[in-house]
Amino acid sequence: METGDDGIEKSPGVELNSDSSCRRRFPLTLAGALSRNSVRELGIPDELERKRVRQGWSRGGNSEFFSASLKEISDEDARVVYINDPERTNEQFRFAGNEVCTGKYSLITFLPRNLFEQFHRVAYVYFLVIAVLNQIPQIAVFGRGASILPLAFVLFVTAIKDAYEDYRRHRADEIENNRLALVWNEGRFQSKRWKDIRVGEVIKIKANETLPCDMVLLSSSDPTGVAYVQTINLDGESNLKARYAKQETTSKSPEKEKIGGLIKCEKPNRNIYGFMANLEVDDKKLSLGPSNIILRGCELKNTDWAVGVAVHTGRETKAMLNSSGAPSKRSSLETRMNFEIIILSFFLIGLCMAVSTGAAVWLKHFEDSLNSIIFFGKQDYSQEKAKNYNYYGWGMGIFFTFLMAVIVFQIMIPISLYISMELVRIGQAYFMVRDTDMYDEASDSRFQCRALNINEDLGQIKYVFSDKTGTLTENKMEFQRASIGGIDYCNLKASSQGVGYTVKVDGKVMRPKVTIKTHPELLRLAQNGKDSVGGAYIHDFLLALASCNTLVPFVVDTSDPAVKLIDYQGESPDEQALAYAAAAYGYMLMERSSGHIVVDILGEKQRFNVLGLHEFDSDRKRMSVILGCPDKSVKVYVKGADTTTISVIDKSLLEHVVDATENHLNSYSSMGLRTLVVGMRELSPSEFEQWHSAFEAASTALIGRVALLRKVAIDVETKLRVLGASGIEDKLQQGVPEAIESLRMAGIKVWVLTGDKQETAISIGYSSKLLSSNMTQIIISNNSKESCRKSLEDALSMSKNLIPDAENEHVLRGPDAVQVQLALIIDGTSLVYVLDNELEEQCCLQLFQLASKCSVVLCCRVAPLQKAGIVALVKRRTADMTLAIGDGANDVSMIQMADVGVGISGQEGRQAVMASDFSMGQFRFLLPLLLVHGHWNYQRMAYMIIYNFYRNAVFVFLMFWFTLFTAFTLTTAITEWSSMLYSVIYTAFPTIIVGILDKNLSRRTLLKYPRLYGSGQREESYNSRLFWIMMVDTLYQSIIVYFIPLFAYWNSTVDISSLGDLWTIAIVIVVNLHLAMDVMRWNWVTHAGIWGSVIATCLCVMAIDAIPFLFGYWAIFHIGKTKLFWTLLLIVVVAALTPRFLVKVLYQYYQPNDIQIAREAEKFGTFGQVEQSELEMTCMMET
Amino acid sequence: MSSTNNAPPSTAAASKRPKYSKFTQQELPACKPILTPRWVISAFMLISIIFVPIGVAALFASRDVIEIVDRYDSVCVPANETDKVKYIQTPGFKTCNRTLTVPKHMKPPIFVYYQLDNFYQNHRRYVKSRNDQQLRDSKEANSVSGCKPEDYNNNSAIVPCGLIAWSLFNDTYSFSRKNVPLNVSKKDISWKSDREHKFGKDVYPQNFQSGSLIGGAKLDSSIPLSEQEDLVVWMRTAALPTFRKLYGRIEVELQENDVIDVTLGNNYNTYSFNGKKKLVISTTSWLGGKNDFLGIAYLTVGGLCFFLAVMFTIIYLVKPRQLGDPSYLSWNRNPGWH
Repeated sequence: METGDDGIEKSPGVELNSDSSCRRRFPLTLAGALSRNSVRELGIPDELERKRVRQGWSRGGNSEFFSASLKEISDEDARVVYINDPERTNEQFRFAGNEVCTGKYSLITFLPRNLFEQFHRVAYVYFLVIAVLNQIPQIAVFGRGASILPLAFVLFVTAIKDAYEDYRRHRADEIENNRLALVWNEGRFQSKRWKDIRVGEVIKIKANETLPCDMVLLSSSDPTGVAYVQTINLDGESNLKARYAKQETTSKSPEKEKIGGLIKCEKPNRNIYGFMANLEVDDKKLSLGPSNIILRGCELKNTDWAVGVAVHTGRETKAMLNSSGAPSKRSSLETRMNFEIIILSFFLIGLCMAVSTGAAVWLKHFEDSLNSIIFFGKQDYSQEKAKNYNYYGWGMGIFFTFLMAVIVFQIMIPISLYISMELVRIGQAYFMVRDTDMYDEASDSRFQCRALNINEDLGQIKYVFSDKTGTLTENKMEFQRASIGGIDYCNLKASSQGVGYTVKVDGKVMRPKVTIKTHPELLRLAQNGKDSVGGAYIHDFLLALASCNTLVPFVVDTSDPAVKLIDYQGESPDEQALAYAAAAYGYMLMERSSGHIVVDILGEKQRFNVLGLHEFDSDRKRMSVILGCPDKSVKVYVKGADTTTISVIDKSLLEHVVDATENHLNSYSSMGLRTLVVGMRELSPSEFEQWHSAFEAASTALIGRVALLRKVAIDVETKLRVLGASGIEDKLQQGVPEAIESLRMAGIKVWVLTGDKQETAISIGYSSKLLSSNMTQIIISNNSKESCRKSLEDALSMSKNLIPDAENEHVLRGPDAVQVQLALIIDGTSLVYVLDNELEEQCCLQLFQLASKCSVVLCCRVAPLQKAGIVALVKRRTADMTLAIGDGANDVSMIQMADVGVGISGQEGRQAVMASDFSMGQFRFLLPLLLVHGHWNYQRMAYMIIYNFYRNAVFVFLMFWFTLFTAFTLTTAITEWSSMLYSVIYTAFPTIIVGILDKNLSRRTLLKYPRLYGSGQREESYNSRLFWIMMVDTLYQSIIVYFIPLFAYWNSTVDISSLGDLWTIAIVIVVNLHLAMDVMRWNWVTHAGIWGSVIATCLCVMAIDAIPFLFGYWAIFHIGKTKLFWTLLLIVVVAALTPRFLVKVLYQYYQPNDIQIAREAEKFGTFGQVEQSELEMTCMMET
Repeated sequence: MSSTNNAPPSTAAASKRPKYSKFTQQELPACKPILTPRWVISAFMLISIIFVPIGVAALFASRDVIEIVDRYDSVCVPANETDKVKYIQTPGFKTCNRTLTVPKHMKPPIFVYYQLDNFYQNHRRYVKSRNDQQLRDSKEANSVSGCKPEDYNNNSAIVPCGLIAWSLFNDTYSFSRKNVPLNVSKKDISWKSDREHKFGKDVYPQNFQSGSLIGGAKLDSSIPLSEQEDLVVWMRTAALPTFRKLYGRIEVELQENDVIDVTLGNNYNTYSFNGKKKLVISTTSWLGGKNDFLGIAYLTVGGLCFFLAVMFTIIYLVKPRQLGDPSYLSWNRNPGWH
């Protein structure tokens, strides 16, 4: 996004414009966008922007940037750096050293800190409280070892993992800290380790070296003081960026004379695109901006050496300040689950109350005879005087019983579930990352899971918000058409693929790196018809394309020594496409240095003085360059977005050309091309003088420089003569139309948010199958609040007429063929009014209602923060899951706002990726991501949660029933070791394995029938109904498992350990078979997990019973010899699972859901018929 | 920007493309079970075929067991004693005579049990009140942790300590038939594993039942714990508040209508908590004692499954559904929209 007056000037140092600075700094989340120069996005007024930031729409805490915008750096805020005098610099202020330490712990702090961090999780605190409770002698239920073991185990494993990660960080830090840099010391540059570098020291960097700290550039090998850096480590952009030394310091070098001076700069902050400082050198006060600073982590390129002074070091460098992890989100399923956990905790309290009530009644009943009850042993007679032993009266007895019940029934709250969920998500992420279907060949990038806790959200998405450029399209600009002097030259029709234009320099052939198809007629005219009227137009047009940009040409060697390539480095793909186009027609930009450019025009090198350059900004949406031509004339070339540039064209001149150009522009944009208008004007000497003095004054102004410069630009960019227009194609990415169609079939509403103008957006909408001809389009494009409100109301009533009512919501969801489909197209200006505060409530609601009736929403001309606003609009009013996908820094706010943010690791740096939860190479990977992995992950996780509730609750109920037969004293028949191992070993692995590996349907089926995705949207796998059914089943199963053995052993000699072992084994088999019954796909891992668990349980029970000093020694072997044991086991398992089986069968057979049908079809191969019916339906949709 | 990035060429060599394997692509060969009607009906049928015979066999086994149960706790207190608790607490051996009639021919081994009702041997305070180290190791005589309140007496450790041992059952039974004493074998009534590993051969009772309050039986301090089988049986605490413990075995046949005279020593106090005491003489079957529950349960489940199998067959024949028929898909099911 290019916003208001904040454009960061990184223009090549024009002689007159000797410096540039950024008066405004932006929070990082937005800042990345500021550097982009393409005519892509619409700006939003500052007021709006400020408001949004205040409301905390962007990452909080950065709003002070705005308030500081127009102020000079006040002394107390400043950081004073004495150049080449580190002692004095560090005397007053304690700046951080350059040593970086990303490791969290040291050897001493590891234990306390790591524990502290681990106990931030509520689950662990719960564990701990229970364990501590168990240490109180009066209520100790379990032995010390058994009660602490699970917590200790989890803590230990996590600590080992953390320690290993930290060790690796320390190793990396050490390597980093011990790298060497050349630092000026005692009269020469000496090698010094990075960690010893201090603020104020002068450092020399050689080509291809990495910068050790943030430095203000003083001089470089280039006499004009230009140095090129690559910021790939910082923001992932691989192009070269020019940084400039101040003219006053370029001549100085420490070798020749002592550099002195004073830099007052702002406090360290995270904004990598902003820097504000003043430099005092030789009694002159200069201002420094972001183009004067080179940052830690960048690499020096194409420059032999550069000298700078360290201003930020170590952890205060911008690179370090920006190294923060991905934001943590919580999946909706987990939020949902927490509600059920609250219900479970009520169950827990209920059980404990029941037990303590029972105990109260029992104690009351026998209160008088307690002394003589043999098994109670109330009094201690070992001493002379008998006194009560461990009995504190009726009330305390009840209280202790309650606490003991909490300890015994603790696993009712499935704490282990949180750990299992984390493991399962890691497993799921492993498979997502390794999916070959989501590997992007072109960029050699895999799918990336940056957020680990929202995997299952991918299966419930209802809204997809997509950026257009770079997300739907490739962001590879291709020059397609040009309208020059009112004549349309179309590359598509008559194209010839030649070798392209070449130039011979010093016997070497220079070629542009990218060759494009040329239009033969245009080529002929460009080369020969220079004197004709059309020829002059073409000359100026091509010269404007070649010169009116900020590209830097580099010469690249090829394998053939005689051939060199010219590579245009710049930040805007549009500019590159235009420059390559100009080169193809013989206008090749050869050289750019500060002050002049060299353009090879049809083999003849011509030098133009760049007298001034007005950067692109989002208000003007155009840029201009003032060229001093070889013939001493001064010309202004302007190129920019049609809306704003046409308005500064003098329409009285050559009316027919203007008209023709406008017509062409319209046809271009309806073809989906990105359009730019090019214009020019010759400046008379007086005009030039006037401009020059204004420009000089503005560019040296200390206050309000940006605004002044803009004013100068607006003044000079007027009364232009139109030269023509260009049409650049941004190709759709592979598979985008199909992907969008599938997403829509899956019941996902696709919203496209783009900075393009309406016509372009609509045409892209058609080509990406977002829009289809049978849709009714509602277009809202207004210039005032009132009209906007009115058209919104009209549109709403119209939509209500077309689509009867919201009660048919479910009808809408099943995108049925005959349904009238609506498409809403709304533009940025209208959105501003809608999202504006005053009207917000009512208008937003209307917009939301309208939008929810539409199956497609296209927002054009939107600014980044508006994108977030739109996402927020939907998010606030519905519980439906939203997903935002984008590739550029302008999508960051939207990505962070949505429930799931997906970054495309494409052409536009890594800002979006850094802010995203998942990143991938192509838009079409959304299909496997959502329809396949999302679907699977949701089903798996939802089932796992329900199952974990069940498996813990059934065990707790089992213990509860026994408590009723022990005079409510919480004796456990099941050994304490078994009850601790139950959720760790006996039943944990199968659910994790199933959570990672089970698949209800194959990938092919899911991709072929996107509507199967609906089960996640309808929350079919996890809802209150399932929860309560499960709880009833749990109750039933626990009753069966408990009472059948109880009645069978009534009046028998069975001892507590034997019966406990029977219950343990029975419940583990029941719980595992319950899972086995629900597994959809049995592969060897599942088999191993489930049967292995049962076997492991038996082994554990045997091992525990083989320890002679434990209570239940040899019990399992005794009871295992009796036939009663085995007959009981058989009937318990069958009787416990039969109802579930029955209900499952009935449901599957008589109320099959889509997934069930699809599974059967998959198995019995009846999908041929499905295809047929599918086909019919699509036909119906088309008609 | 076009293909002009300066990406280091090294990436070309090491592509990040994930290696293909059936595992990583989640395509391991797998079985996909579908509950087809045939499958379901045969499963229910199979269960009923297995369960009904087992149920019948279990019921027969239970019917074959001959059991004589005699509750004696109230009848063995003289009618003139109003306070049963006081009666039982007075020192001295209290004898009581009972006569039992054998209802059917009983083949040895005939087991003699005592049954206690409402006695919570699984009470938390009771279960924990023992020390297994002390029981098996003569060197650990002083480890009495957990044995409170029966750990020390006159400041010396009790072996075996704890409430369980202290409350050892002390009613005795002697049987005679036609004035000929019936021998009750008390050998091997406890678990072999307990005698060999849990109770030490060299651990002798010390200081046992020497306190002011006597809980139950006394032990002969010259016999090691491993041979005190009544104690070993008693220390295997029962799971449920109604339980039997093996008292001994009668190794001779008992004929129908034999009259057995029992002379019992009624010493054990269950009166303070309304506990019942019963003498049980019983044979066993392959399934254990007399209990019809299991047989009935098997027959119920088996019968239910048979019923379900028949039901499903009928439903299947009357209203079949073609599996995998796409017309059942939700989006194909509602053709009537608009």
